[in-house]
Amino acid sequence: MRARFAISLASAVLLLGAFAVIVRAAPGADAVDPAADAKAFRDYFVKRFPNVKLEDFVNGPYSMNEDMRRQWQEKEEFPPYEFALEAGKEMFSKPFKNGKTYADCFENGGIGIRQNYPYFDAKEGEVITLELALNRCREANGEAPLSYVKDDMASLTAYMAFTSRGKPFDIKIPNDPRALAAYENGKRYFYTRRGQLNFSCASCHVQSPGERLRAETLAPALGILNAMPIYRSEWAGMGTISRRFVTCNSQTRAVPEEPQSEDYRDLEYFLSYVSNGLPVAGPGARP
Amino acid sequence: MMRAAIKGAMLAACLLIAVAVPARAALEADFKAAYAAAEAAEKEAGALRNQWITAEAQLKAAKQAADKGDFDTATASAREAEALAKASIFQATSEKERWKDAEIH
Amino acid sequence: MASTIRVRATANGETTEVQALIQHPMDSGFVKDAQGQLIPAHFIQRLTFEHNGKSVFVANWGPAVSKDPYIKFAFKGANKGDELKISWVDNKGASDSTTAKIQ
Repeated sequence: MRARFAISLASAVLLLGAFAVIVRAAPGADAVDPAADAKAFRDYFVKRFPNVKLEDFVNGPYSMNEDMRRQWQEKEEFPPYEFALEAGKEMFSKPFKNGKTYADCFENGGIGIRQNYPYFDAKEGEVITLELALNRCREANGEAPLSYVKDDMASLTAYMAFTSRGKPFDIKIPNDPRALAAYENGKRYFYTRRGQLNFSCASCHVQSPGERLRAETLAPALGILNAMPIYRSEWAGMGTISRRFVTCNSQTRAVPEEPQSEDYRDLEYFLSYVSNGLPVAGPGARP
Repeated sequence: MMRAAIKGAMLAACLLIAVAVPARAALEADFKAAYAAAEAAEKEAGALRNQWITAEAQLKAAKQAADKGDFDTATASAREAEALAKASIFQATSEKERWKDAEIH
Repeated sequence: MASTIRVRATANGETTEVQALIQHPMDSGFVKDAQGQLIPAHFIQRLTFEHNGKSVFVANWGPAVSKDPYIKFAFKGANKGDELKISWVDNKGASDSTTAKIQ
């Protein structure tokens, strides 16, 4: 009995010691400074593409390739996401079984608020994306959640993005260690190589925007989420941010995470934050 | 040592009765060992949240071949799966700090 | 349900430019669903644009045309305010039609 007590006391002391080391190591060189990151991120793209206007980065590959841009402009006269947009508007205004609507779940009735997502929820201590908020809204009203990658979710977010077009991204990181940790985790995910092809998100979207990947022109990471959701001709349909992350992962031969996993939400938080100030351009059309 | 013993036993069996059954049992044992090793490595990669689609595919192929009784193919696939899983573990481990080198400052 | 056809027709001097987008799955019959079952072919067979009772554009389509197809063409002899009637029939006998004013 006594011996056991002594052992647990000893291990407790050891543990405390370990904590002390970690706590002391945390600040300093690796301190998280999102504002500085965002500035460096933006400067990198502006310097690398001096002919691209800042707000034009949200147009992805079209900001990098003149020929593609002309095709896109023609396409935008009759955009392929129109059906989704209309379906989204209809879904958004149709009441749930209990009579409430999506509008009741969101600030300003859900209109013109896309630029504020994702945000850090201090009560829950996690990142809330628009897609997650929409499904929570459904569940709170007794409806089954929607698939994160399929058409209904894309239609809803398309409509919400459309009502927010032109508004600058305004992602906030509260002075809360958990929010900073989420941001840092998203950053880590963004730069970490994974999959058999050994690609990180940054390998394509920071190091090679404007370059070709087979027949496609890679979009710059700056502003890449501002045009979401997108009608992708390759998919012959709409895709959400979740869908984009999942397919990016599997293209590098990494087993993707579940849509709206913590890593994905943190990634969205990081990517959106560094694109602060760039306008909402969704829904978008991509080849 | 173990393998030598198995081989010895196999040889003896073959000499005694010219039937392929013991050989098959040995092949199956080889496969089981290879598959268990591959599964363990893939599980470790899963804990690091860094599994590869190709490793998963080889694991599945190994199981399918084994179910059909083709233990040569099954063992080869399992070994491939293990190699891929180990590579993914190496990747996840080395990227733990190295991602910072790619960061824009 | 809203119409499956979106049209915009604009008269520009002599010619009228027509753009249309049609919502249709256009299944080729060669694609499998998540359960591995073939999705049967389902595609628009005939698409017609009529102006004053006269066909100005007729397309005989097959399963190779993409999902939610987009069409653009121009024709002569129409004026602003005229009506353009668009209709399609698919291989399952379903159809839809709409009319649009030339702007």
